[in-house]
Amino acid sequence: MTSQVSSPAEKTDGALVGEQRTPGDGGGGKEVRRLDRVIIRFAGDSGDGMQLTGDRFTSETASFGNDLSTLPNFPAEIRAPAGTLPGVSSFQLHFADHDILTPGDAPNVLVAMNPAALKANIGDVPRGAEIIVNTDEFTKRPMAKVGYATSPLEDGSLEAYNVHPVPLTTLTIEALKEFGLSRKEAERSKNMFALGLLSWMYHRPTEGTEKFLRSKFAKKPDIAEANVTAFRAGWNFGETTEDFATSYEVAPATKAFPTGTYRNISGNLALSYGLVAASQQADLPLYLGSYPITPASDILHELSKHKNFGVRTFQAEDEIAGIGAALGAAFGGSLAVTTTSGPGVALKSETIGLAVSLELPLLIVDIQRGGPSTGLPTKTEQADLLQAMYGRNGEAPVPIVAPKTPADCFDAALDAARIALTYRTPVFLLSDGYLANGSEPWRIPDVDELPDLRVQFASGPNHQLADGTEVFWPYKRDEQTLARPWAVPGTPGLEHRIGGIEKQDGTGNISYDPANHDFMVRTRQAKVDGIEVPDVEVDDPSGQARTLVVGWGSTYGPITAAVRRVRGAGAHIAQAHLRHLNPFPRNLGEVLRRYDNVVVPEMNLGQLSTLLRAKYLVDARSHTQVSGMPFKAEQLAEVFKEAIND
Amino acid sequence: MTETISEEKPAQIEALSLVPKAEAKQSMKDFKSDQEVRWCPGCGDYAVLAAVQGFMPELGLAKENIVFVSGIGCSSRFPYYMNTYGMHSIHGRAPAIATGLASSRRDLSVWVVTGDGDALSIGGNHLIHALRRNVNLKILLFNNRIYGLTKGQYSPTSEIGKITKSTPMGSLDAPFNPVSLALGAEASFVARTVDSDRKHLTSVLREAAAHPGTALVEIYQNCNIFNDGAFEVLKDKDKALEAVIRLEHGQPIRFGAPAPDGLGSKGVVRDPATGDLKVIDVTEEGADGVLVHDAHAASPTTAFALSRLADPETLHRTPIGVLRNVERPVYDTMMSDQLDSAIEQKGKGDLATLLAGNDTWTVVG
Repeated sequence: MTSQVSSPAEKTDGALVGEQRTPGDGGGGKEVRRLDRVIIRFAGDSGDGMQLTGDRFTSETASFGNDLSTLPNFPAEIRAPAGTLPGVSSFQLHFADHDILTPGDAPNVLVAMNPAALKANIGDVPRGAEIIVNTDEFTKRPMAKVGYATSPLEDGSLEAYNVHPVPLTTLTIEALKEFGLSRKEAERSKNMFALGLLSWMYHRPTEGTEKFLRSKFAKKPDIAEANVTAFRAGWNFGETTEDFATSYEVAPATKAFPTGTYRNISGNLALSYGLVAASQQADLPLYLGSYPITPASDILHELSKHKNFGVRTFQAEDEIAGIGAALGAAFGGSLAVTTTSGPGVALKSETIGLAVSLELPLLIVDIQRGGPSTGLPTKTEQADLLQAMYGRNGEAPVPIVAPKTPADCFDAALDAARIALTYRTPVFLLSDGYLANGSEPWRIPDVDELPDLRVQFASGPNHQLADGTEVFWPYKRDEQTLARPWAVPGTPGLEHRIGGIEKQDGTGNISYDPANHDFMVRTRQAKVDGIEVPDVEVDDPSGQARTLVVGWGSTYGPITAAVRRVRGAGAHIAQAHLRHLNPFPRNLGEVLRRYDNVVVPEMNLGQLSTLLRAKYLVDARSHTQVSGMPFKAEQLAEVFKEAIND
Repeated sequence: MTETISEEKPAQIEALSLVPKAEAKQSMKDFKSDQEVRWCPGCGDYAVLAAVQGFMPELGLAKENIVFVSGIGCSSRFPYYMNTYGMHSIHGRAPAIATGLASSRRDLSVWVVTGDGDALSIGGNHLIHALRRNVNLKILLFNNRIYGLTKGQYSPTSEIGKITKSTPMGSLDAPFNPVSLALGAEASFVARTVDSDRKHLTSVLREAAAHPGTALVEIYQNCNIFNDGAFEVLKDKDKALEAVIRLEHGQPIRFGAPAPDGLGSKGVVRDPATGDLKVIDVTEEGADGVLVHDAHAASPTTAFALSRLADPETLHRTPIGVLRNVERPVYDTMMSDQLDSAIEQKGKGDLATLLAGNDTWTVVG
């Protein structure tokens, strides 16, 4: 304990551990190596607390100032049978001293809490990587459960890796023996022991975790102290044991970030904040009508906490009632939102059509997951694009906005609200499971920088009849935006009736007139087609690229990482990423035609490429993956190289 | 009846206290829209429309603060004919849409117009959940025991064996009793009335309007095209004596041809053996044990038992009137109270503070 690295127990000055060392300083006989980036994967049983462990390591890493990207991966079952492959839950974290775009392709370090976790993850771990295993779980029965006839720790099958066998359970129980906890209770803290060990290995600041544990278990101070003790024991174990000869430093990514104040944020949290911000900027109360569904429920949970912002959250009896209540609130003048995932969108379709017909602002947030049907509730996919685009009866165009990173969900929510409020239309916000649960550093915006979203409700007559009478016509449109007036109940003199039956242009009265219907269908389409969206930007630093890669949504990270690799290898490639899927940016056709090859990677079977081919008659080449997991940058880079060489 | 109404006056003020009042005296024609009414000639819906338009001025509310929301079906065209705000929505969803409106705008008087197919078939889920939540909605359920707009299929209130276009050999479905259903769904106000009895219909509307929370009013409504005369037994003066049990709060439950005391010769009593209700002849058994109707009873048990007296085939012994009218916390009031207490506890939300959170770091250029 004479090293210059103070253990968490000794540290009182609050300084960051990582800053106290000079690189290469072999304090305590241990080597310290400097790395530019690391990918760690924590894997264990669903009940082992791997998501919490990953979250804490992420928080420590964020506050240290690394750039980071995370990939939680867990089963749909809350507690799948213990020790089985389907029950394995993992959390991957990529952190670096420079800006990074993905949670990483392959882990440099795997923490495997049991044989199932090892078996389920070993295929992703490259040779030479470090594997920390909880040897206590490598007994006959747990190994047999996942089909290990002999122990992989002894049979040489892990020879290619740098394996650290650690009896995590025993060490944790030993460390906590003075607490008088039962064996079972003490065992539960083994994830904190593992976190302590990894925190030592990577010089993570530790106050945050200790503070977190004390506040999480504020009502059970014994358990709080037990967890803190296990955490510190893990740290001390790393420092003292011979097996861990090296620790690593990854310097803060100071150059990766523009000046500002940052926090770590997940996609669902950023999206929730975007909705609250939109409500504040529009000066309209926020109303959320929702039904719980993975992976969207966290938005309902988050917004439910912010009633002091005037946010009303309504947990409905079903998906249809969720959007129904939101639409009712929109009629009453709220900024109305419904949140769901693909199966919920299917149920809401008829009401979305009604909203198209009523021409009221409404946000439909779809956190996409694997489909069809129940599909893969906790895994990611982008296969609802065509559902959002076309999944309604009749001609029912709906604008579509898609965020590209977890933090970008904030801006995308504001943008979707802008479109809904300006054009009086339902708008789809298409996020996905990867963005929802993944996290990254976010530069906290200055509230004064946020867009002004205030709207004008109708307040008086807007039309003069031939006889000079002043009347209110609910479907008389703004000439610029084609939006109809938003006249909310309570406004005297503007009493009017709206409905899903076709309406006469202007008056809004029921009309079955053929020419009127033709006109109204085309007008609703023209309104959506005319929505102002910024031109798509093309990233082509050399100006010599002949191949363009076009993406949308959460594939931004892996695509951009792959593009960097391709350019790093000396090839030329251009990249464009779409935030607006309906309407497309006006310059998109011209951009597509500029290149010999257009590659469209998607986590579906080619939905965007279908739209691009249909609309622009370009030979867009589709590259698809529907594994429930995000693309890996290395694989995409290969695809891009092939396209370039074609 | 008038006494019961005067009892309700303070509640009426409470239920509508946040809705602005009309500046001038209103008349029925203020509530007629400029749209031509397009129901079949002779439809029972006309009578209900006239009764509602005639009753609205009595409430004295600013008509811009009144909203009618409907689903799909013949009766759901109703909002087009009311010169208030209105939404003709989609099949079965009116209670859900109205819930969003009412829970976000407590200054509105929100009415739902629905039918037996709309409310009890495709929209059954929304109806029961609106009732259990006790949202401040007045639901008028036009029950004609048939699908009219789709031209004559059986509905969830049609009697077993009903011959319709979709059931040429008779329907197999056991019908819902909407009043029983509503009571089972924790409704705080449940009433039944008949389209042709304007006085009774208006009195029920009056009580419903005064009720804080969800009020379900089932209106037996004649479809003269596809199910003509379905409620004739309740309308024919002679037959109605035996068929209709008129419920009035605080009055003994008597019906049938008058007994010497001027009240009906039949009475509803509790069967001591089963606890259920049964009908006796008071001229033979005396009137002492006859139940006095208590619409405010905390337990819905007796109201439910009353609702079960009706024979679904013949409609004999059909209770008419307010079966249940109890006070229960109102959803939208509680929702609003939670916002207020959140502000009290945490202060009005500050966006910059929210976005910053607790765990930040600063990058200096």
